[in-house]
Amino acid sequence: MKVVRRVLSRIGFSLFAALVGAFFALPMLWLLLAPFNARGTLAVELPRPFTLANFEAVFANAFAMRALLNSMLLAGGTMLTVTLTATLAAYALSRAEVPYYDLLTYGLILFSSVVTGTAAMVPIFLLANALGLVDTYTGVILAFTGGLLPTAIFILRDFVEGLPRSYEESAMVCGATPWQMVRDVVMPLLRPGMMVVGIWAFVQVWGAFLIPFVLLRTPERMPAAIAIYSFYTEAGTPILTLTSAYALLYALPVLGLYLFVNARYGFRFFGGIKR
Amino acid sequence: MTQRRPILSMQVGLLFLLPAMFFVAVFLVFPSFWVLWISLTNQTLTGEAALRPQFVGLANFRALFDFENWMVRGYFGNALRNSVLFVIGSALIGQAGLGLAIAWAFYRRRGLLRELVYTLAILAWIIPDVVVAFMWVAYLDRDQGTLNAILSALGMGRVDWLIERPLLSIIVFNTWRGAAFSMLLFSSALATLPPSYLEAAAVAGARPWQAFRDIILPSIRSHIITDLVLITLWTFNTFTPYLITAGGPTFRSEVVSIYTFRIAFRHFEFGRGAAVAVVMMLINLALALVYLSTLRREARAR
Repeated sequence: MKVVRRVLSRIGFSLFAALVGAFFALPMLWLLLAPFNARGTLAVELPRPFTLANFEAVFANAFAMRALLNSMLLAGGTMLTVTLTATLAAYALSRAEVPYYDLLTYGLILFSSVVTGTAAMVPIFLLANALGLVDTYTGVILAFTGGLLPTAIFILRDFVEGLPRSYEESAMVCGATPWQMVRDVVMPLLRPGMMVVGIWAFVQVWGAFLIPFVLLRTPERMPAAIAIYSFYTEAGTPILTLTSAYALLYALPVLGLYLFVNARYGFRFFGGIKR
Repeated sequence: MTQRRPILSMQVGLLFLLPAMFFVAVFLVFPSFWVLWISLTNQTLTGEAALRPQFVGLANFRALFDFENWMVRGYFGNALRNSVLFVIGSALIGQAGLGLAIAWAFYRRRGLLRELVYTLAILAWIIPDVVVAFMWVAYLDRDQGTLNAILSALGMGRVDWLIERPLLSIIVFNTWRGAAFSMLLFSSALATLPPSYLEAAAVAGARPWQAFRDIILPSIRSHIITDLVLITLWTFNTFTPYLITAGGPTFRSEVVSIYTFRIAFRHFEFGRGAAVAVVMMLINLALALVYLSTLRREARAR
């Protein structure tokens, strides 16, 4: 009986793993095959004939390439703003006696979860409109920064809490100013944490659609998430050869960063890091 | 534990906090209060009401909760109903159920199979929104889509998923998209359980299912609550279904986030859009307060 049960549970487990694997993998196959197919298709089929011409056409499209650069500027700009200001804030929360500490931390969690998604877009658009920030990168970067900062601060605070205080105490004895201490002692030690937060912020902005879609106007300023909808025929159907090739190019940096993070740090888990 | 002297003085600490707090105050806190005011006006993007919006009291909210047309497609009640089904189906049942099932199936297992399933789930979670949207439009296509190819190979008829079953389509999509979070959360929760728990149960003759129900579930209870609250919040606010069905056909998959977007950024009726945003934020607030109170309880229990 025991052997039978073990065999059955082994079979059940394999079946479950295969089904779950298929559930996740099947929708992805199209992205792996269609970009290399000379004929545009929604089907998953071996490329007949195999070609790299789709990528050549995308590379030759100045508008599409410009959009990838735009995504880079938006994601890079947000990454720098978020990482630097969150590092300072996390350090202060961990190492200074901040008044109303509990109120501040709970308030941050509360606002970042309540003001989110489409609901946040109405007031943010009107604010950007009032400040003259519609159709500017500054507006997009600041809108992202406000939304990402609370989570970034909490992730980094945990990293700061893990640092031994002795280095900072020695630096203090040597007469370092607080800013020197942060720049020369804390930031080098905090590099892994800053990398995690920086990569997280970059991926968030790189993949985002709604905020640039609402805040930007000029086609030349659009990031790749929106430019991908420009590969359409005049009849309004997508040119699948180019759309799929561009989609793959656009997804590659995220996949690369995932592999990098996974190899370097292991895909460690910070509550809700992705969103 | 003795209180150690803080390394930074309070003044320097506040100085370091200032830039981050400035951005949060201007781009997160201030808008959330301003939207309350806008929701009481007839603000639009262009025309007379854009320059001099007028105070209209609760008119926007009354229009929202106009029970005459409440459940008619394209109205708020319909969007709310779709959102409830979307959250229950894709978050509470789909993501949490699948995530827990995967985490439990691979509990204390290592190896290639686990790496493969986890990597696939994480990829589904991190690929940019528009790319997964294109993948799913292709996957669910009536004539060429992979899903229909598989179903017809199994002898079942082809279904035009995005037209005939739009709400089901985005529910399955969102399960696929977000299951990784619950899977990772439950995996790390299970990893903290001492193995002796299950060994004791096995010695006592408990079946795996009994051990799961009576030992595992109660010991990761707080993680389950955290997970359910967070994924409910995210699923309620996600905009990605718009990229797959655009809320259609005829509003059949229009969830509240898409409804808000349509009113505010397609019709440019900011007053009404702000009123929906306020209702969404109140729902978010209720969920966030549940989340904070579980965090508090955990912190006290520790």
